Amino acid sequence: MALVELLLSPLPAHVRTARLVAVAAARRAGLDDELVDELRLAVGEACSRAVGLHGRHAPVSPVRLTVTDDANGLTLSVTDVGPAAGPVLDDAGEVLLAGPDTGGLDELADPDVALALLHGLVDELTVHSEPGGTVVTMRWPLPAGAVGARATIVAQR
Amino acid sequence: MDLSLSTRSEDGPGGPRTVVVVGGEIDVYTAPKLREQLIDLVSSGQYHLVVDMEGVEFLDSTGLGVLVGGLKRVRAHEGSLRLVCTQERILKIFRITGLTKVFPIHASVEEAVAASD
Repeated sequence: MALVELLLSPLPAHVRTARLVAVAAARRAGLDDELVDELRLAVGEACSRAVGLHGRHAPVSPVRLTVTDDANGLTLSVTDVGPAAGPVLDDAGEVLLAGPDTGGLDELADPDVALALLHGLVDELTVHSEPGGTVVTMRWPLPAGAVGARATIVAQR
Repeated sequence: MDLSLSTRSEDGPGGPRTVVVVGGEIDVYTAPKLREQLIDLVSSGQYHLVVDMEGVEFLDSTGLGVLVGGLKRVRAHEGSLRLVCTQERILKIFRITGLTKVFPIHASVEEAVAASD
């Protein structure tokens, strides 16, 4: 079960909601302050990208954000149902799926720019694209001694 | 916090400069307002801009895109766009994206207004 699971209407205003929720969950789990800043930016980028894609391709489907933790780290996943992130190649290098078509109209929230920044920002990043959408998963280490938010909650009961 | 914007004119050695004071969060929701402001300034003939970002609490790639777009527009008129920022959290974003090489970044509005092109 996720620590926190959030379904966002794909509206730019809710990207801030996602940042606030993710940061609150990360602080509760004991993530270092410096990494919280990194997480705030990364979650914003991942959600901006997903919201932008939904706005163009799936305006009534929510974007899903989950925060989970275990003994070693905190994992955030942002799931969209938009077109695949970038061209997806098969083993022989043939293009299975083209990248998302942004129509060349929108200089804001370019999904490729957001992903490029995420690759530079987050050490542990995976981008898993399928025909039905993309899951961007980011992971940050929790300091030794931080037992994670869920363990804390259980201990308090 | 939402985005706050205000502009004022200051005279520098190189001529008048328009100082745009930005506060709050620049993200996918608020960046269009900043973009409109920069477009309006350039449309009204103000090609030398100083963007004061000391009050900015959050900046993402959408905000960077708007600043790059503003730079492109003023450069088309042989203008300039200088940033004022001393916050490490915001400077880090310019560094990891390589944009410190693109934007002149100053420690104060006075310094940015005094800089010649």
